[in-house]
Amino acid sequence: MNHLAKARFPRPVRRFTGNSVPQAVLVALLGLALMAAALSMVVPFLWMISTSLKQRGMVFVLPPQWIPNPPQWDNYAQVTRRFPFVANTVNSMKVAILGSFGQIVSCSLAAYAFARMRFPGSKVIFMILLATMMIPGQVTAIPVFLIWNKLGGVNTHWPLILPSWLGGAFGTFLLRQTYLGIPQEYSDAAKIDGAGHWRILTHIYLPMSKPALATLAVFVFLGLWNDFLTPVIYLSSPAKMTLQVGLSYFRGQFNTEWNLLMAGTVIAVLPVLVLYMVVQRYFVQGIALAGLKG
Amino acid sequence: MLRLGLSRLIETLGSPLQPGRAADSGGVHLIGVSQLLRQERSVVGFLRRERVQEALQAYLFLLPTLVGLALFTAGAVIASFVLSFTNYNVFNPPHWAGLYNYRTIINAPLTKQVIGNTLYYSAVMVPASTVLALLVALAMNQPVPFRTLLRSMFFMPVISSTVAVALIWSWLYNPEFGLLNVALRAVGIKGLEWLQNTKTAMPSIMIMSLWKGLGYNMVIFLAGLQAVPEQLYEAAEIDGAGRWARLRHVTLPMISPTVFLVLILSTIASFQVFEQTYILTNGGPGYATLTIALYIYQTAFVYFNMGYASALAYILFAGVLIVTLVQFRLQNRWVFYG
Repeated sequence: MNHLAKARFPRPVRRFTGNSVPQAVLVALLGLALMAAALSMVVPFLWMISTSLKQRGMVFVLPPQWIPNPPQWDNYAQVTRRFPFVANTVNSMKVAILGSFGQIVSCSLAAYAFARMRFPGSKVIFMILLATMMIPGQVTAIPVFLIWNKLGGVNTHWPLILPSWLGGAFGTFLLRQTYLGIPQEYSDAAKIDGAGHWRILTHIYLPMSKPALATLAVFVFLGLWNDFLTPVIYLSSPAKMTLQVGLSYFRGQFNTEWNLLMAGTVIAVLPVLVLYMVVQRYFVQGIALAGLKG
Repeated sequence: MLRLGLSRLIETLGSPLQPGRAADSGGVHLIGVSQLLRQERSVVGFLRRERVQEALQAYLFLLPTLVGLALFTAGAVIASFVLSFTNYNVFNPPHWAGLYNYRTIINAPLTKQVIGNTLYYSAVMVPASTVLALLVALAMNQPVPFRTLLRSMFFMPVISSTVAVALIWSWLYNPEFGLLNVALRAVGIKGLEWLQNTKTAMPSIMIMSLWKGLGYNMVIFLAGLQAVPEQLYEAAEIDGAGRWARLRHVTLPMISPTVFLVLILSTIASFQVFEQTYILTNGGPGYATLTIALYIYQTAFVYFNMGYASALAYILFAGVLIVTLVQFRLQNRWVFYG
């Protein structure tokens, strides 16, 4: 089944006739309204880029110029000189990549256990896992911080990466749904050939669930890249900060230098937007799966 | 009550929780552990049974998740509860304070302000974001041109980090040079103070959050809309239902489970709003935008008052549970599970 195809709009759309407002007029009006709304989503980003390329003085000029002349590309160099943004970007990459990998490993193990293995307490544990989705982060943040404080993990990247290696409700739920959808005949055939659960998981279920794995990876990566609460609690030295924390810290120090601030923001946002253009389907699919059965 | 509702919700989300039966190909083995124990004469023999081996292996597979649950989730929830009865500032050992924290919270005027702010935000954001996203999704579900491009555009704010978006909007909201006031002045309206006025600060944050979250809920609704069977619409049309009637009697009931899900997720998220208030206003001006999540953060990680912060966190937790329970209870009245 081609999961990716569903991410586009392949379903035939209803064409009803005989209504008081002709279909064509309705569609035209809706199209215009949607275009206007969609533009309002994009304009702030364009303004961000525009501001990031202005000289200090040109930022505070009315009426505002959209295309700065000449564009100050040096702003970006300046920003990285005055604040370790490159290090921050590397940190964000490190946390996001290691964390995504850890989520995939721990969630696929757990999902397989819930989907295809029998053991006492399976239903209860699964319910508890799902219920954790309702616990506000603030409740667990304080004791977890105290644990890490005792372990000397404050101002390191461990508190940001390790939790992803210890399972997660969303990922386990998503993969469990996927595994339940894989016909039992495959694992039965493998069992007859003498394969144990580990082989079945690694040689059958994981390869067959690549779209779901990709979706989960993209989701977790994005969540970790954009995460602010956890890094801001643990990271206090600028060189160790992730991009989001660095950006907010930078803002505290250079609070009226909007051109530089916007340049920093572009650095924070551009990789994600580029990545999005490439892997759009996985984003949309993941959210749609979260909202439907999966 | 919660368990019943949760099971119902899970059923609509996917297969029922019957891992034991689903996994077994050769028939249903429902022998319990105690029977196994009675059948075997030794512990080693017991451990060699296939079912026991499978169970042990399952626990091994679940080890990371179980450790996570024990340490970072369930354990933390319990520890937080205990902490809320103590006075602890990290540098000195904790000492017992009984109900002192809770009594202080109840009597402090700041608490009312904070809870009021959070409820204000939630009460406006949840309906507004749900309705807006639904409207956009309904429009997107029609044969409008360039839908994939439009969807990408709606998604740009969603995938950008809240920190980045908050910074962009800080600049947009600048009273003298920000784009919003410039646009308003261009049509003859005097500029607003946005984030700098206690009355407009929270609505300003709400507008930004609506802008950011629209695409996300829209996609969930779109998926729900596209899952409605064509035959229902055809049947309705045959019965003479116009566009509006079809919307009311086919579309809305069929997507009500999706709406319910979005409401639950939005409510839980809105109670925890943090980044926007931290970056845009840091709770100001004058506590007007101090939401409970930000207040907890400040209490715990700026003032290191761990006991008090834990008590506040539990009040937040209780609020989330109560509201979710109420929503689950109310679902019988309006959610239609076809």
